[in-house]
Amino acid sequence: MTPMETAEKTLDEILTLAAAHFKMPREKLLPDEDFFKALGIDSLQTLDLLTKLENHFRVELPDYELQGVTDFRTLAGKIQARL
Amino acid sequence: MKEFHGQTLSWVVTNGIVELALHREPLNEISSVTLEELEKFVAVLDGLSREAHALILHSTLKAGFCAGADLRELYGWIEEFGHVEVANHAREYLERIHHVMNSLDAAPLTTIAAVHGVTFGGGFELALTCDMIIADKMARFAFPELRLGLIPGYGGIPRLKRDLGNAVVRDLLLTGRSFNTTKAQQIGLVSQVVGEGEGLRAARATAAQMSKFDRTAAAAAKRFIKPIPREELRQEIDIFCELIARPAVRAGLKKFVESTDAQPYLP
Repeated sequence: MTPMETAEKTLDEILTLAAAHFKMPREKLLPDEDFFKALGIDSLQTLDLLTKLENHFRVELPDYELQGVTDFRTLAGKIQARL
Repeated sequence: MKEFHGQTLSWVVTNGIVELALHREPLNEISSVTLEELEKFVAVLDGLSREAHALILHSTLKAGFCAGADLRELYGWIEEFGHVEVANHAREYLERIHHVMNSLDAAPLTTIAAVHGVTFGGGFELALTCDMIIADKMARFAFPELRLGLIPGYGGIPRLKRDLGNAVVRDLLLTGRSFNTTKAQQIGLVSQVVGEGEGLRAARATAAQMSKFDRTAAAAAKRFIKPIPREELRQEIDIFCELIARPAVRAGLKKFVESTDAQPYLP
């Protein structure tokens, strides 16, 4: 798998996981959209999402690295860098 | 008092286990009312220990165990007393909360914190008074106080230092980052990790196991292995009171209280 394919796979897994966790139709979530708005989540739910992602990918994501991250694609990049 | 139902917490004794449940919306922020009710609890703790062998602390709120101190109340004190005089008020408050935390820490029962979700600041400090922490896999821990220009004030640093390596303590304190249950278990903070929503069940099973052992021996083992770091706790109060008197803290709290940021809990 090329690095680009791996990144796309990570992104796809994030979208699937977020959709399942917040009970949203998967097709409604787009890679470049603001996930706060798309999921309608607050700060506590964001922490829940962060924990879900860490558990799923078995990575540690210090939350200061996520400051300013609002779209799924950038989030995927941050996870990718820790895999 | 075998049973109590307050505004912020309740307790009940069942099958030799005291269960102390936090239930103040939105996330069990520790306010002066919480403190008063915790003081009621520790006042009857010796009596409860004659009927029970274990204590379980947990939260009935879905969002988590406890988000820590009620920062809106803290900000209100600074507004009321001014940022210099507030140090005296804070000292009096911290002396009371340290009495509660030390009483829980040295409780003549085996104590278990069953945590899930947000376990931050004062909530983390409350869990640290317990003999063991059982965490569900969605628990998240943090000491975010530094971003307000403060240090944890409820005994967190001395208790964390007692339990963990100093390098880990520095990381958690100086970055203010939050971390999950897997990390918490790796660093030795959490003794058992359980599935989502299974914390209380696991804590009850653990408490039932403890009932098989001799109470006197269990209490002696606890005193031996879990000394209360009294001198460092005293220093913590002094440092907290020095820090809170600075205008920067008022500014930090004001920012938090008035924040419309989507991520106010993230450092």
